[in-house]
Amino acid sequence: MGEPRLLPGNEACALGAIAAGCRFYAGYPITPSSEIAETMAEFLPDVGGIFVQMEDEIASLAACLGAALGGMQAMTATSGPGFSLMQEHIGFAAMAEIPCVIVDVMRGGPSTGLPTSPSQADVQQARWGTHGDHPIIVLAPASVREVYDLTLRAFAYAERFRTPVILLYDAVIGHLRERVELPDAVERVRRPRPHPGPYRPYAAPDGEVAPLAAFGDGWRFHVTGLAHDERGFPTQDPAVVAALQQRLQQKIEDHGDEVTQCEQVLMEDAEVAVVAFGIAARAAREAVRTARREGVRAGLLRPITLWPFPEEAVRAAAGRVRRLVVAEMNLGQMLHEVERAARGQVEITACLRADGEPVEPEEIMAPLAVPSWR
Amino acid sequence: MAVAADVRRYLRPEMMPHILCPGCGHGIVLQALLRAIGGLDLDPDRVAVVAGIGCSSRLAGYVDFCTLHATHGRAPAFATGLKLARPDLTVIVITGDGDGLAIGGNHLIHAARRNMGMLCLLFNNAIYGMTGGQVAPTTPQGSRATTAPWGNVEPPFDACRLMIAAGASFVARGLAYEPLTLEQLCVEGLRHQGFAFIEVLTDCPEFFGRYNRLGRGPEMLLAQKRNTAAVGPLLARKAILGGPPAQPGPALSTGVLHREARPEFAQVLRAHRKGTSA
Repeated sequence: MGEPRLLPGNEACALGAIAAGCRFYAGYPITPSSEIAETMAEFLPDVGGIFVQMEDEIASLAACLGAALGGMQAMTATSGPGFSLMQEHIGFAAMAEIPCVIVDVMRGGPSTGLPTSPSQADVQQARWGTHGDHPIIVLAPASVREVYDLTLRAFAYAERFRTPVILLYDAVIGHLRERVELPDAVERVRRPRPHPGPYRPYAAPDGEVAPLAAFGDGWRFHVTGLAHDERGFPTQDPAVVAALQQRLQQKIEDHGDEVTQCEQVLMEDAEVAVVAFGIAARAAREAVRTARREGVRAGLLRPITLWPFPEEAVRAAAGRVRRLVVAEMNLGQMLHEVERAARGQVEITACLRADGEPVEPEEIMAPLAVPSWR
Repeated sequence: MAVAADVRRYLRPEMMPHILCPGCGHGIVLQALLRAIGGLDLDPDRVAVVAGIGCSSRLAGYVDFCTLHATHGRAPAFATGLKLARPDLTVIVITGDGDGLAIGGNHLIHAARRNMGMLCLLFNNAIYGMTGGQVAPTTPQGSRATTAPWGNVEPPFDACRLMIAAGASFVARGLAYEPLTLEQLCVEGLRHQGFAFIEVLTDCPEFFGRYNRLGRGPEMLLAQKRNTAAVGPLLARKAILGGPPAQPGPALSTGVLHREARPEFAQVLRAHRKGTSA
């Protein structure tokens, strides 16, 4: 481990990206994410990387995808309004299966909203913001150290599944300085190269994801956002299109156990549990502690992976506890998923806040401490 | 002809038949580009073609290079990332007038401003062809389109003037009517260090020609000859910077309209390190 240091979340994200092997960053300034760009601008050139500030967020992700096709690991970061603009190319990356990492440091919305205030209102946009059915992985860190660790994982997943991966946290996590000890060395994420010979960039040998060749390395192939066959050539053949859709969906769903993580705190004997992620989960942890002190057997379910959503963990908890409290800083976006996963097995109370202030432990404490079943 | 055989080796037969309409000039333009690539003997493994959305952008799929059929208007931004990651590649952007000058105008001017090392070929047929003939930012005032049934009321862009103003270090205008001259322009554009822009006037007989009673392909190509004048760089510069709008009005200049030596951006960025300046 390295020396302990005081680090804000956004800087930890940039350092994690560089440690993972990210050597290309394209972005556009936006609060509260700009420190990621600033850190990348400062340190990327030292490791032979490329930083470029583009004309907008659409171009930023486009440049990342171009660089990724050139063989580099690429990242961009933004906040709500920019995330909206990036949806076009999140869809392209999903369809053309180009690995990339997108950081969304959430702020209050809709529209320009609350540029300097935290929010968790992009839960559903991260999943469904771009048109069409598409695969996506969304990771939601709750501390500075976890920002670093999940950035590493984001690059690993992006390469392994050839997919866009979204790192979703909020202005508090982004700007919060915490004492962290970063590892001296981490294993860099490597992109597998195709075997020499005929190359089918969109085939799925043995259900695995085909390696992505880099432009310029001797494999000539076509990349398009149109529905395509295994060679990458456009097609409207219903059978080929159906197989493509199915494969895109399955390549991540089939590895749900590996990708979807959910922290469980004091859940063994819990009779009431909070479901919360990111900064709200920190307030929830405090609320659970207080509830325990007051004799309420409370627990916490914290989705670390928001998408694919930890349905199994929520469903299992719904079968055991008497009440679930969903705490989030929006008007109920994760609530829908919890309700869907719980399938009516349990009473669900929402603790929602969307006014630009972080949710407080006391707010979560209130529904925990109302033992209607007693 | 030996030259024609040369060009066929760059095509993907498995992608045929192509989508272009009879009489469309795009194939002539593509052949000129491929002849230029052949003439320069570029290694196909190290040529990347990046295109947007539209009839001309579909050409990326037909050529056996590293090809990226990107999103509408965004090809210059994709190509910027690719060129920065792989400065060793010859990057060619294929775009149309709607793709490059309407939805993608922002990316085009910024690629020009940075002087990104790429050849950008803008196929200007003055209309949206793929979607059925809607008015474009290049449609001449008064011309008809499905969304301008009583004639276009908006003034058009002059793509070359725009690119010179934005900072492109090589700007030329060519014609589908003059494929040999166009080939030479492509050779010069491919050799150029920095952002090379060639606006190619091509024809859309299916929509623009039909709606405006301009005849079929041959008649539309002949009209290119009537309405343009090849000029030397100096005259063109004067005409472009000081002259009246290109359409309607006097003959449109063709040939190399602007050329300057300016550092290419991928090289600038690679050389740029902490405490140094380009």
